Amino acid sequence: MSAAADNAYYQRRGILGTLGRDGLLQIILIANTIIMLAPIIIMVFSAFKTTPQIFQSPFSLPDFSHIGNFVKIWTETNFLRYLLNSFVVTGASMVLILTLGTMAAYAIGRYQFTGSGFILMFFLAGLTLPLKLAIIPLFMLMRDLSILNNQLSLIFVYTAMGLPTTVFIMTGFIRTLPNELEDAARMDGASEARIMWSIMLPLVRPAMVIAGIQNVVPIWNDFFFPLVFIQNDNLKTLPQGLTTFMGEYTTDWGVLFAGLTLSAAPIILIYIVLSKQFIAGMTSGAVK
Amino acid sequence: MPQLRMTGRGLWITVLIVPPLAFIALFIVYPILSAFAYAFFDWQGLRRLDFVGLENFHTVLFVEPYRSWTLNAFRNNVIVFFALMVLQNGLGFLLAYALWRELPGARFHRIAVFLPVVLSTIIVAYLFKLFYHPLFGVVNITLKSIGLGWLAQPWLGQGGTALWALIVAQAWHMVGFPTLVFLAGMQRIPGEILDAARMETESEWVKITKIVWPLVAPSATIVFTLLFVGAFNWFELPYIMAGLDGSPFGSTDVLGLYFYRTAFGNVSAGQQDFGLGSALAVLIFLFIAAIATVITVRLRAREIQL
Repeated sequence: MSAAADNAYYQRRGILGTLGRDGLLQIILIANTIIMLAPIIIMVFSAFKTTPQIFQSPFSLPDFSHIGNFVKIWTETNFLRYLLNSFVVTGASMVLILTLGTMAAYAIGRYQFTGSGFILMFFLAGLTLPLKLAIIPLFMLMRDLSILNNQLSLIFVYTAMGLPTTVFIMTGFIRTLPNELEDAARMDGASEARIMWSIMLPLVRPAMVIAGIQNVVPIWNDFFFPLVFIQNDNLKTLPQGLTTFMGEYTTDWGVLFAGLTLSAAPIILIYIVLSKQFIAGMTSGAVK
Repeated sequence: MPQLRMTGRGLWITVLIVPPLAFIALFIVYPILSAFAYAFFDWQGLRRLDFVGLENFHTVLFVEPYRSWTLNAFRNNVIVFFALMVLQNGLGFLLAYALWRELPGARFHRIAVFLPVVLSTIIVAYLFKLFYHPLFGVVNITLKSIGLGWLAQPWLGQGGTALWALIVAQAWHMVGFPTLVFLAGMQRIPGEILDAARMETESEWVKITKIVWPLVAPSATIVFTLLFVGAFNWFELPYIMAGLDGSPFGSTDVLGLYFYRTAFGNVSAGQQDFGLGSALAVLIFLFIAAIATVITVRLRAREIQL
């Protein structure tokens, strides 16, 4: 009844009829893609321009051989140090997350023991809690552990934040693995550790990639925890270092855009190569 | 022998499970429980003083100037949430629907719409801060060049537009996320249902509202809940674009900034106050938990099991 009314209403407007439904959708998509890409393209173009050029013609194609802005960043700022710190912190966190996450998921998904359901719930509780709101006790905790102004504070928090999703994804995956291989190995007298390491772990790699990507992007991009935990300029990660850097060069827009471009480049390049895995990984918590 | 083997296995499970549990307990559960405890004490710098009961809660909710600050920040968070529901989730649904048709170039459009999502919020915030610059920003330059110079204005510098400028930047940053979650939901709709719908009606509108929308309800539940939690935790983007005070004149102040400012102090507020900060954190936390639960339960109820 109401469907018929809607139908009549729609036919009266007829916009889809004249333009074609798919034509309209295609226009929306193209317009959206332009909006999505334009800021990034302007950023990259501006990185190759001098500040007066940016002010005069922000949209023009630059002379890509003009790399003065990048040279300035390379030689005059702490940028490389920030980049290196980001690699160290993200790398260490990822190793811990995947190691500990796989251990917990393997125990929960592969063995039956009392309390396993409760332990899984304990991990999953961490999924939804916004840890930012616990920043005051976390700050005090890091102080008591004497790791304020130390990258270990970041690595520990990121590890704890990454574990719930990792355990969630990995447990689901590990449960689907068949028992036959494991049982055969056990008959042959292989130890539990040996079975996990040589037989099961090679099988869980696809789930590790998904869990890894889901965690690596937020950790690489995080700004909040370094803001609170790290003061020493030599220990800052890239997003935090960027704020120092942007403050120093406020009027030199060429350098500012070059700094933004350099910061964005690693993740954009990896994303372009692995877009499928990125999309699957980053939406995996929300899909299905 | 079986006895020995059982204890061996028990030990093995313990070895596997204890280290990850310890991380969660120490760095998530303990701090969150502590945040509740902290709120009931008076603090001087990093030193905990007397137990003061609900006084901190009373102060942030009912004593000026905290009361106005709390209300103003909360009101801005509400605006941000509803605006992003339209700009981010609404647009995301539309884009997902367009991508779902698998028109030529769909793969490219899909990669493009998700590209900003992988960028750090800090990069996005600075980029848009430069774009919104009153004299040299591309927004005003573009407006002038197409004859709309009278629309050019200091987007971040005036109370009426600053929050909206931030919301647009946030929507640009994150619209790809709901888009691809909705798209995944649409791709799971069985073909038979769509064929049946096609027999019944020609109208695209009816198909969207009566078939597609109800069937992607699980995706909607998730993106609505995540947006809600995200909107009331909003911090990085306003911190970079508007500063810790939510300038100009608190027009971009949100609970995240206000909480941080209260807890750790800043140039204008000076003194840091862990007691009031914790009280705010607990209130925000309870509010998010309560509403997110309601949203999830209400939206779950309308999901259809296929």
